[in-house]
Amino acid sequence: MKLSGWGRFPRVESRLALARTQDDAVRAVTGGRTLIARGNGRAYGDAAVNPHATVSMLGMGRMLAFDPADGALTCEAGVLLKDILDVFVPRGWFPPVTPGTKMVTVGGMIAADVHGKNHHIAGSFGDHVLSLDLLLADGRVVTCGPDRDPELFAATRGGMGLTGVILRATFRLIPVETGYIRQETLRAENLDVIMAMFEESADWTYSVAWIDCLARGPRMGRSLLFRGEHARVDELPVPVRSAPLDVRLRHARTIPLDFPAFALNHWSVGAFNELYWRMGTPRETLIDYDRFFYPLDSLLEWNRIYGRPGFTQYQCVLPASVSAAGLRALLTAIGSAGNASFLAVLKLFGRQDGVMSFPMEGYTLALDFPASSATFGLLLDLDAIVADHGGRLYLAKDARMGAGLLRRGYPALDGFQALRAARGLDRVFRSVQSERLAI
Amino acid sequence: MTATTGPVLVLGAASDMGRAIARRYAEAGRALILAARSPERLEADAADLRLRWNTNVRLAAFDALDTADHGAFLDRLGVLPDTVVCVVGLLGDQGESERDFAAARLVLDSNLTGPASILGEIATRMEARGSGTIIGVSSVAGERGRASNYVYGAAKAGLTAFLSGLRNRLSKAGVSVITVKPGFVRTRMTEGMALPGLLTADPDEVARAVLAAQAKGRDVIYVRPVWRLIMLIIRLLPETVFKRTKL
Repeated sequence: MKLSGWGRFPRVESRLALARTQDDAVRAVTGGRTLIARGNGRAYGDAAVNPHATVSMLGMGRMLAFDPADGALTCEAGVLLKDILDVFVPRGWFPPVTPGTKMVTVGGMIAADVHGKNHHIAGSFGDHVLSLDLLLADGRVVTCGPDRDPELFAATRGGMGLTGVILRATFRLIPVETGYIRQETLRAENLDVIMAMFEESADWTYSVAWIDCLARGPRMGRSLLFRGEHARVDELPVPVRSAPLDVRLRHARTIPLDFPAFALNHWSVGAFNELYWRMGTPRETLIDYDRFFYPLDSLLEWNRIYGRPGFTQYQCVLPASVSAAGLRALLTAIGSAGNASFLAVLKLFGRQDGVMSFPMEGYTLALDFPASSATFGLLLDLDAIVADHGGRLYLAKDARMGAGLLRRGYPALDGFQALRAARGLDRVFRSVQSERLAI
Repeated sequence: MTATTGPVLVLGAASDMGRAIARRYAEAGRALILAARSPERLEADAADLRLRWNTNVRLAAFDALDTADHGAFLDRLGVLPDTVVCVVGLLGDQGESERDFAAARLVLDSNLTGPASILGEIATRMEARGSGTIIGVSSVAGERGRASNYVYGAAKAGLTAFLSGLRNRLSKAGVSVITVKPGFVRTRMTEGMALPGLLTADPDEVARAVLAAQAKGRDVIYVRPVWRLIMLIIRLLPETVFKRTKL
């Protein structure tokens, strides 16, 4: 069957097998073919696709143990973040780190070492993993963690499934009083202002900005900053205080069909951006966690708004010292190319040590574009800017970068390769992405 | 009439359909007894159900083919469940069944003799109590024997008739009997087969249909309604035509 990532580009004919148990996964690994594990298919590009064998972990979706004393949850790799939220928010627990969608698996979150709006405070998801069970190339299952085979653990975080199949993991949830977020919205007139605002918001648990990539001149980089804190019970309106964790979730709507390819263009996105900017009046609001963290999940299959050709995400990070110059160069290139990016997100990361983990201290910019030749031309220009500034791209979003850019951006790649080779992992665990990037 | 609060016994709980059905009953707040040949393989499933739904889950060893033990199996449970869902079955390989009657017998026993034994025993006990629901997962394959799987089809035809008879017998005793005909389902049993998308259900769809059928007091359900029409046509085809078809 044809498999692709969330961006629906590229699509690759591949063999998909469902792992229901560890034995299924062992059989797949020892079957003499190269393979890659796949979670819920939310990586945008070709990271979780292997034409020879792609092993869906969705059959291993069992929660195994929870310790209310310290919030440690043990579950199989195919458990969805949505299920964790559904089960544990009503009991007063919240994931320590969450990406912008809850339709991801635990295994996928570790393999991509996902980050969230609290990266500057909490680090990435892998920072909260206490241990994980990894299926290796020879069919053995080993347990690793920060204090148990830490080299293998560090390489598995952000390792995109190239060190083995993550079967189970234990990580710590954080206690919350309510299912609500106290959100502040701030308007920033341009890039300098938004960067200053981020730096002033270092004490806020969550911060993220929507940035208008089409604004030019003195308004270049105009943004809306959203920052938030888990609301305490005494911050809720009185009628809600009796059931502070009982958040009524919205019903998700499904995008009924593929939009025509021209639906999102420079003008429609420009009009949207103008409207969104004007509506972003500075204010403080109380919203449920679902609206704060997962605004797009209420539109199931929203990737179809890009039509059949699909789309590609572009997420880069630039070192803090050169972020200002680098962002200016990126925004100039995007603004003059006239490609419309519907979603553009800016965030200041905190410090991060890692092997293949994406975050580094500095600014990250995430954009999405329809998959087209004009887009790929622009992205090559952006690649050059990212490389010149010592930045890198996020593998979970990538569908098209070249091996050279990866090598420059991830200095620990050689060590990662050496570990895979030494343990015989490179012969088995491969994806379309790893072949493209010569990992 | 329909008990909807007491424990649910799932026979064949290690199957994809059994797991999906257990999940939906746990979500509905029902306590569960998961019965399978190797119940230790269900420890992780039981832990999951307990964690997610705070529900009471027990595991029990059950071999559908060991009919001599079926009465004792029920005694060991210590409680007669309110609802019993039987998902026990074996598709087998038609070619092998043609070459080797031992293979055919295994298909017949797994789909008919075993379920008839345990469900018959449960029926008698529920009849004495005067309440309960028996849900048997049969198959559309039982509606007309076809060259491609008539041994399996014969067993399912027998099970369908058996459930129909039980329903008839127990209708005045306060015991409901529901026959479920899923059509194609994406399970381990059908992995690798090319199944038509519109006719193929996920195990969870079967599970939801099972709970809905119990809630509504239905007798016979097709999980996807289109199967009712398809099987009507297949049943109506004259034998002179049917025998030449490749279905």
